[in-house]
Amino acid sequence: MKRKLRTLSRIFHNGAVNFLRNISLAIAAIAVMVVTLTIVLFSLITNATFTNTIAQITDKIDVSVFLKDSVNSSQTGQLLNQLKALPDVKSIQYLSKTQVLQQYEAQNAGNQQLATAIGETANPLPATILIKPVNLNQIQSIKNFLVEPNIAAMQSAPPSYSGKQETAINRITHATDVLRSVGVVAIIVFVVICALIIFNTIQMAIFNRRDEIQIMRLLGASTRYIRGPFIVESSIYGVLAAILSVIIINVAFVTTSSTLQASALGLLNISYANNYFDNNFWQLLATQLIIGIVLGAVSAQIATHRYLKFKTK
Amino acid sequence: MILLDRVTKKYPRAENQVALDRISIHVDPKEFVIVIGQSGAGKTTLLKLLTREERPTSGKIIVGGIDYDKLKDKDIPLLRRKIGVVFQDFKLLPNRTVFENVAYALEIVGASNKEIRNTVPRVLDIVNLKGKENSMPRQLSGGERQRVAIARAIVRQPRILVADEPTGNLDPKHAWDIIRVLEKINRYGTTVLLTTHNQDIVNKLKRRVITIKDGKVVSDKANAGYNIGHEKKTKNA
Repeated sequence: MKRKLRTLSRIFHNGAVNFLRNISLAIAAIAVMVVTLTIVLFSLITNATFTNTIAQITDKIDVSVFLKDSVNSSQTGQLLNQLKALPDVKSIQYLSKTQVLQQYEAQNAGNQQLATAIGETANPLPATILIKPVNLNQIQSIKNFLVEPNIAAMQSAPPSYSGKQETAINRITHATDVLRSVGVVAIIVFVVICALIIFNTIQMAIFNRRDEIQIMRLLGASTRYIRGPFIVESSIYGVLAAILSVIIINVAFVTTSSTLQASALGLLNISYANNYFDNNFWQLLATQLIIGIVLGAVSAQIATHRYLKFKTK
Repeated sequence: MILLDRVTKKYPRAENQVALDRISIHVDPKEFVIVIGQSGAGKTTLLKLLTREERPTSGKIIVGGIDYDKLKDKDIPLLRRKIGVVFQDFKLLPNRTVFENVAYALEIVGASNKEIRNTVPRVLDIVNLKGKENSMPRQLSGGERQRVAIARAIVRQPRILVADEPTGNLDPKHAWDIIRVLEKINRYGTTVLLTTHNQDIVNKLKRRVITIKDGKVVSDKANAGYNIGHEKKTKNA
C-alpha cells in the first residue's frame, strides 16, 4: 500500500516535472487546446443565449380573445375555466375593459390628441383574455374551441393570433426549431474536431519523446509507470487550457459586450450571455476542466500505446 | 547464469541475412566474459536478445533461471530489472539530471526516497561523477555520459551486467576507469558480459573471450587475448 502510494506520488511528481522541463512543447499544446476549448465554451454560451432568445420570442406570442360588452362576469368566469381546462393552454390572463384602456393609455402616453379623443367617448375597448399556448405548433384545440358557436357568440371580434401574424409565427417557430438543432449539432461537431486536434497535438508531443519511452522500457519500467507521467502532463495541459479559455471568454465579455451587442443585430441578447456566463461560471469551468482533462488524458493514453508495445517477432 | 542454446536470429526485414546463426553460449555465475567481433558480427543482437529487446527466431534462452519462451509480456519489465544494461549509445533520459537518471532505475523498483538518497551518491562516487549530480546529460562529455549509464546499470546491484561497447567513445584513460568499475562489480559477485573493440583492454584483462563472426561463435577461450581471425571453436564453459 505504502509502495503503491509512493509510486503514485512519483507519477504525479514526474508528470509535473516533465511539464516544466518540456515547456516549449507544452506551450504549443496548450495554445491549441485553448483555441479549441474557447470555441467550445463560446458555442455553449451562444447556444444557451439563442435558446433564451427563442424562449423570449415565443413567450411574446399569445392568442387574444375579445369579449363583447354584453358578456357578464359569470359567463366570463365559466369561459376562463373552460379555457384553463384545454390541454394546449399554458396560462391565461383576463384583462377587464378598464385594464385594457389603462394599458392602451400607457402605451400611447405621448399622444395627447388620442388621449383627448378617448376621454370624450365611453371606453371603446373590449375586455380581453390573453392565452399563452404550451407549444406554438399546437394551438389547434384552442382554435377549435374559440370557433364553437356559443363561444364565438361571446366575442366582439375574431380572436387575434398575436396581431394576426400566424404565418409569421409559424415560420419563426419552424426557424427556431431548426436553429436549436443546428446549435446542438454544431457543439457536437466542435467537440469532435477539438478532440481530434488535441489528440494530434499530444500525439506529436509524445512522438518527440518516443526515445525516452523506449529507454524507460529497456530499464524495466512498468507500462503504468511510463504512461502515468504522460497522462498527468497532458492533463495539466487540459487544466491550464480550460482555465485560460474561461478567462478569455470572460475578458471578451468585459471588453467587448457593447460592441458585440451592436453587431448582434438584436438577434442575440449579449447581456443575457454575460449573465448566463456569470450565473453558470462554476458549471462552465467544471465542464471545460472535464473536457480538457479527459481529452488530454485519453490522448496521452492512446498516443503512448504504440511505443509501449513489446516486439512479437 | 546465462544460457543460449542454438539461438538463431533473423530480422523480419532482412530474411536472407542471419544476424545470429545457431549460437550456443553458457556463462556461469560471477563470470566475466568478453564478446568480440567486427561491426555487424552480431554482438549487439546478442545483447538485445538477452534484454528481450528482440526475440530469437529459434533456439532457447535462459537467464537467471528465467526461460524466455515462457516469459509473458507483462513479466518483461521484471526481467529487465534483474539485468543491468550499459548501452552503446548511453540511452540517458535527456530531460533528467545525472542524479535523476540514476535514481530512475531505483524508482522503477519502488525504492524509498531515503534509499535513493543514500545509494545514488555512493554509486556516482564509484564512477567518479561526484559533483555532477545536477548536470543534464547534454552538459556532459561522452565519457561522463557513459559513466552515468554505468552508474544507472549497477545501482540496483544486478546479478547480471551486460555492457555493449562501454568504452567505445572514450580515451584510453577513461576507458580503463570504466573497465576497473566493471571488474569491481564482478568481484562483488555480478556476472559481467562485455562487448568491446578495444584490443588493449581484451589483451590486458586476460578473461574468457568469445569471438563472433558472421553471426557464429568462432572461438570461445579462457584467459584469451584479442584475435578475431579464423580460429577453431574450443569448448570452455
